[in-house]
This record gives sequence, C-alpha cells and structure tokens, in this order.
Amino acid sequence: MLETARMYRHEAKSPKDLVQALLAKIKQDTLNAYITVDEAGSMEAACQATKSIEQGHDEIMLGIPIAVKDNICTRGIPTSCGSKILSNFIPMYDAHVIERLKSLGAVIIGKTNLDEFAMGSTTTTSHVGPTLNPWDHSRTPGGSSGGSAAAVAAGLCAGALGSDTGGSIRQPASFCGITGLKPTYGSVSRYGLVAFASSLDQIGPIACSARDVSVLFDAIKGYDPKDSTSVAHEYTPSVLDGIDIKGLRIGVPRSFFSQGLSEQVERELRSGISTLEELGATIVDMDIPHIKYGVASYYIIANAEASSNLARYDGVRYGARKMDTQSLSDMYLETRAKGFGNEVKRRIMLGTYALSAGYYDQYYKKASKVRTLLINDFKSAFGICDLIAGPTTPVTAFGLYDMVDDPLSIYLLDIYTIPANLTGLPAISIPCGFDDDNLPVGMQLIAPAFREDLLLRTSMTFQDNTNFHKVKP
Amino acid sequence: MTIFDVVIGLEVHAQLLTETKIFCGCSTRFGDNPNTNTCPVCLGMPGVLPVLNKKVIDFGIKLGLATHCSINDKNIFARKNYFYPDLPKGYQITQHNEPLCRNGFLDIQTDGKTKRIGITRIHMEEDAGKNIHDEKKPLSYIDFNRSGVPLLEIVSEPDMTNTDEAVAYLKELRQMLVYLEICDGNMEEGSFRCDANISIKPKGAKQYGIRTELKNMNSFRNVQKALDFEISRQIELVESGKEVRQETRLWDTAKNATLSMRIKEESHDYRYFPDPDLLPLIIDKRWIEDIRACLPELPEAKRSRFIKQYQLPAYDTDLLTQSRELSDYFERCTTILDKPKEISNWIMTDVLKVLKAENINQIKVTPQMLTRLITLIEEGAISRNMAREVFDEMAEYGKLPDDIINAGGLSQISDQDDLRRTIDQILESHPKEVDSYKQGKTQLLGFFVGQVMKATKGKANPKLTNTIIREILEI
Repeated sequence: MLETARMYRHEAKSPKDLVQALLAKIKQDTLNAYITVDEAGSMEAACQATKSIEQGHDEIMLGIPIAVKDNICTRGIPTSCGSKILSNFIPMYDAHVIERLKSLGAVIIGKTNLDEFAMGSTTTTSHVGPTLNPWDHSRTPGGSSGGSAAAVAAGLCAGALGSDTGGSIRQPASFCGITGLKPTYGSVSRYGLVAFASSLDQIGPIACSARDVSVLFDAIKGYDPKDSTSVAHEYTPSVLDGIDIKGLRIGVPRSFFSQGLSEQVERELRSGISTLEELGATIVDMDIPHIKYGVASYYIIANAEASSNLARYDGVRYGARKMDTQSLSDMYLETRAKGFGNEVKRRIMLGTYALSAGYYDQYYKKASKVRTLLINDFKSAFGICDLIAGPTTPVTAFGLYDMVDDPLSIYLLDIYTIPANLTGLPAISIPCGFDDDNLPVGMQLIAPAFREDLLLRTSMTFQDNTNFHKVKP
Repeated sequence: MTIFDVVIGLEVHAQLLTETKIFCGCSTRFGDNPNTNTCPVCLGMPGVLPVLNKKVIDFGIKLGLATHCSINDKNIFARKNYFYPDLPKGYQITQHNEPLCRNGFLDIQTDGKTKRIGITRIHMEEDAGKNIHDEKKPLSYIDFNRSGVPLLEIVSEPDMTNTDEAVAYLKELRQMLVYLEICDGNMEEGSFRCDANISIKPKGAKQYGIRTELKNMNSFRNVQKALDFEISRQIELVESGKEVRQETRLWDTAKNATLSMRIKEESHDYRYFPDPDLLPLIIDKRWIEDIRACLPELPEAKRSRFIKQYQLPAYDTDLLTQSRELSDYFERCTTILDKPKEISNWIMTDVLKVLKAENINQIKVTPQMLTRLITLIEEGAISRNMAREVFDEMAEYGKLPDDIINAGGLSQISDQDDLRRTIDQILESHPKEVDSYKQGKTQLLGFFVGQVMKATKGKANPKLTNTIIREILEI
C-alpha cells in the first residue's frame, strides 16, 4: 500500500491505471478470492482519486485498492457472507469501516470469499466454493478470511479487511505468508460487520507488511457511537518506524509448544524468536495456565452467540425465502434448512443447546468464567513481559478437503489464536519462515490491550531484518 | 360449596414517551404510515448494532423511585430468543436477571380502604413490530414502526384477591405513569397493555392453584370482564372435579370469553443470555438522586394534600388529581380565587365535560376566565344557569365572560320592581300552591323560583327571587 501510494506520486502511475490493471488481473484469477468485484464502483473511485492526487492531496489511502471480506456491509454491493441465505442480499448501508475507507478516498475493489458466516478456518464452506491457496492451489488459504488473505498474497489488491472471531485474520495470513492484525476488541467499530459472535468479532487489516497493516489499521480504527462496545481510546500517533527491540521482554508460553504443534512450524518459529533475541529482546519463559480450556470455552461462547445472531435470517424481510410453504413454521424451517450450510447448522445447534434451559450454567456460564480466568492469566503475564510470542497455527496450509469430515480437529487448530479473542487482546501474525513444502509459517505476537503500536513496530523491526514477507507465491 | 381465594398478579407493558426508539434514532410516533419510522437497526438488518437511549433509563428510574423500588446499580440487557415475523432480529432485547428496579409497591384504594400491592420488578425492553393480516387475499404484512419502541415491563406480586383490586391497581399505575409523563396510558393504542396471571385456591389454603395467563385485554372494562370470566371458569372446573390447565388464554371481546392460546408444553425456551452488543449499564447514586430531585408530586401525596389544604371531599380530590394538568388547572384557579369547593364543582362538571373532547392544554377557558365567572355568580350578576351558558360559550369561542354577558343581554334581572311584577303574576296563577305554602309546605319555594326562572328564561337573580317570594308569602 505504501509502495502504491509512492508510485501514484513519484511514478507516472495513476489509480485509474492501477485499478484497471487490477480488475483485469482479477478476471484472470483462478483462486476464487472474490465473490463480487465492483468494477463500476472501483473505477469511479479510482478516477476520483486520480483527480485528487493530481490536485496534490496527500492522503495516503487515496486510490489504494482494498478488498473487503464479504461479511462487511457495503451499500449497494451484495454482501452474502458466503451463504446461500444472503446470496441476493444488498445492504442499504455502509459499515463504519467502509465509510471510513471511502472518506479517505480508498477504492473498494470487491468482496472476498470466506467460510459461510465466517465460521471456519478453510474458506471451503462458502456458497461460491473454496478459495485456493496462492502458494499451492491444492491447499486451503486458511479461513475464514481466506479470500482476503489470498487476494493480498496474490497481488489482487493492495490490502484487505478481514474479520477475526477465533483467528480468522491471523490464521489465513499465516497460511498465505502475509501480515494480519486482530486489533483490540473495541478499537475498530463492528457496525456493519455481520455478526458471528459479537463478543469476539473484530475487523482487522491484512496486507503484505506490518507497515501496510499499520496504515490500514489507522484508516479504520477509532470510536464509533454506533457501536456500544467501541472504545474511545486515545492512541498515540502512529509511527511507521520499527522500534529498538533491545530490552523488550518477549514472553514465550510453554503451553504454546504443546502437542499438536508440527515440528516444522516449531523449527521456523524458534528461529523467528531467535531473530528477535538477536535483535536484543529478552526471552521470558512463562505460561498461560488456562490456555488448555480456551478452545472448549470459545466454541461454547461463539456458537451460543452465533445461534442468536443468525436468528434474523428467517426469510421474512430479506435474503432467500423458501416459497409456497404451508405454515409460518414450515417457512422458517425450510428457509433455514435450505439457506444454511452444514457447518453453520452444526454451530447453531451447538449454540442453541448450550443456551437451553437447564444447560446455561453448565456451559455458557462456565465458559464465561474460563474467559475471566484467561483474562487474568494474560494480565499477570504482561506483568513479566511486554509481548507474547508463539505460533499462529500448529500446522501450515493443509489440503483443501483434508479435514472436511473432522470438524473437531479443525476446531483444535484454533488453539493459539483463540486466546486473543477471548481476552480481547490485539494480536498479529507475521511470516517467519517456510516449511519443507515451501509453505509459509506465521509467528503470532500478542500485546496488552490497545498496544497495537508495540505489535506493529516490533513486527516492522522484524521485517526490516528478515525477508519472509517479501517472498511471493 | 367451597369458597375460593382468588390470586391475581399483573404484568403491564408501558410504552414510553421518548422521542426516539430505545436502540436507534427512529421516531416513536404512533399512527404514521407503515414502515416509515424504520432504519437498518430496528429492521434487524445484518451487521447493525443497538445503542441504548439514555432517556429510557431515566424514565425507568423515575417509575422505580415513584413506586418505592430499589434501583439496580448494574444493569444487564439480555436477549430473549424466539421466532416471530414481527421480531426482526429473532430475539428481543430485554432484561432478565438484572432488572432496573425491584421490590417496590403501589398503594391502591378499594371500598375506602388502602391496600399495598407489591411490585416485583420493572425492566426495560424493546417492543416488536405489528403483523397485519389480510384474510381475504390472504396476505400478511408487517409494520416495523413499533419495532424498538421502548417499553417498561412492570410485574406485580400476586397480591390482588379480586377483580376490583386488579382494576384499581391498573388505574393507579396508569395514573402514576401519566403523572410522571413517561407514558400516555392509552390502552386502545396499546401504549398501556396488561397481562394477568390468575389462579384460585380453597379459602385459606397455603398452596397456590395452577394459574392461567390472560392476554389481549385492551381496556379496563375488558380486564374486569376477562378476570371475572376466568374466575368463574376456574371455579366451575374445580368444582366439577376437573383441573385448571397451565396455559395462556386470550380474551375474546366478541365471544365475551377467554380462549386457550397455548398450553405450557408449547411454551418457549427463550434461551436468555446477556446481550454481547450492550455493555453492562452502571447507574451511580448521583444519577438516581438527580432524578429523585426532579420527581413531581405523586398522585397519592397530592390527594392527601388536596383533602387537607382545600378541605375537599375524597370524591373531588380523586377526580381533580386524575392528571397532573387537571390538578394544576385547579390549583391555578385557587390562587386567583380562594373558593376551592366552588372551583372543584365547576371542574368536575363543566370543565370535565369539555375535556372529554379535548386536551386540558387546549381548553379555551383559562383559570382567569373560570374564576371570573364564579365571581360573577357570587356577586349576583348572573344566575348559575346563565353561567352554564356563558361557560359553554367561553369553551367554544374563548371569549371573556364579561364580554359574553354584555353582548348577549344575559345579565340577571336584579331590578327589584321588574322581578316583583313577574313574581306577582306567577303567584296569582298558582293559588293552590300558594295556599299549601302558607299552611306550612315551605318546600314549595323551589317550585315558585323555578317558575320565575322559566318565565325570565333564567335571567332572574335567584337569591333576590327567593327573598321576594318569601317576603310576599310570609307576611
């Protein structure tokens, strides 16, 4: 993105040219990264940006082509959430982040593929079929923001927005060899993000470098009165320079190297941590005791909230409705049976069960308590370290349909990303190496709330001293 | 025959008089074209989020304080999940475990006795839209104007033991809401709705009987009828050896009966859980005290004050305090003219008659005009009957009483000679009555005065007429 902005000003390249070329490239795309491409809208925005740049406007986002995950509402552009039930849905309003990007002159190039309603980590459950990993087309790009991650990695946009409920930005960023940030809960407005699990969802930026991610984060962060969970945090002005890592205490939790972590991922991660150490960081051996309960609590809370959040897709006001049913309840049943895919149905059922009379205390309430324990774990952890480092995922990108019939194994892959969602903390995934199949490996850094600056600038320093983020598929 | 105790608890939904809805900026106005007061939020579009209207909390605290409740400092909003076409999100945002107010009471009067009715809880929630069915086509429509209109749900203890108490409680609560200016109390438009839980048990028994829930009673009269019907129905069932079923029943105005809507087994599991889109709402002491400081004088306090300060009978004070505006009107009159009972009489008859058609704020007869009219009567310038006509004209055209009297020749005949001539004629044409009067049947005085009034078309000064007739007959 920074490179694009520079080209607009110092080379004879205009947003109009670039977006036109990009649209042509997207047409040739075989990754299935996009669900909808807004050719007319993006050309119009590009022309507008071209004029503004000619007039000397220096806003960095001007004319920057951004891809948006298809669960973020865009006025007049279909927003399907990768679901049949919303396949014909066109929002009547823009999400807060879209308003922000538009007002800065960014070009919303199109809507990217995802797991249906962002429920998944493979981008295979969408109604338009799977997105392929640019590094190996037989593999998953990760998910649920797989379309956004693949589009960034394949150069089909300059940056992208994803959403992260349990790792949906960081895991695909890791699988696709790029940088993805899950910001602090409350730092980016959720208004217009189609809710999956409201207390965990957060919109975040995905790009090729920590600097680009920082620029995109600046464009979307900030208080929004339309989101009651949004926080009016006074961020210090962003700096696009790395920091001196000397003396930075980086905690490496023992349980982040538990069973299930692939040897090759561990190898690359250890080497990444060594790089940080060589740059002057102090590595702190520590642990997050309750991490082992993270996945279980997450799938109760997330699914419980989802079961309620997805109740509005009833065929009454918008979306696909099964016609010619005999009664109201038949209309509901058949609309939802036809409109939702299996994974979404599975989660609605699990969540409904967890909230049912007699089970609430046993499941939802208990999970909420675990959540509090985890929050306390991290609070004390940040007493002895400034950042926490670990793997983003236990494995690298796997075959597209390797785990279709094994939802539980897929859920368990979220073990390292889930804690940041349950605690609301900011976390980033940056490329830190390649496995033996030449697939990217991601390193995750977690910071105290609202310390995205620390995450991003540490990542910048890391990227200034490594080349993993520069390798293209 | 067994004698039964009746146990009634009431749930009232009061629509609040906020300008905007509880979670979005749409207008709450009633009667606008369908779906004109809507936005993505109250239509439950994908991706929208609720933002709480602070006014709703203020109103809730107001009612809580007025009904002696304790105000919860930590408020949680919960989702009540169920499917219905008028419920756009598939859940209603309400309060479950942590309601705004708890453990209050309201004193009611029945048969001249005061009874305290407990208030279990008051909580905030959003209203649903409205389904409209065209049976002929057949098609159903949904109007979402009401979706997201703020409600207070007021749940009473099962403290009422008969229909009169239930109605008295509802009237008292309604008056309270109107006094606090937080609800217009309009039952027909649905801004004050009531559900009843009702059961019977053998007299003195400790254990409650199985209750039914009654819905769809949109007037005090219907509440009365529905409860009476339900009590008889339950007694008949029990007396014939059958059991009352736990169920929800609807009052059918056409059939004058309650009809089963759904039995307990069909009832929903609402799967309540805290709404993650709304943070816990913390109400500090200062917030509560600020509202307490602005509470108006409440009906009960006002009634006792009126009895004491103005020496009015209970009947008068009940009528005068039925709304804040009416009692204010009365008190404005008393500051101009210190004749509270006389003013009260006028308000209870003529003013209230006009108020049937219009709002007190629109009435053309100002306190100045009314008190002037009363003064004119006291001074003998016009008779009471004439004053009624003057009042009607004031009410219709807003003219001053003096102007009406002067323009219409309505001034009383206070000329003694004129009046004496008329009286002589009347007495001459009623010799029999004159004889009876003289033999001691003095109550005939009224008859003679009436005849004089008739002959003068009400213009005779009644006091003077009295005196003259007496003078003539009692010589």
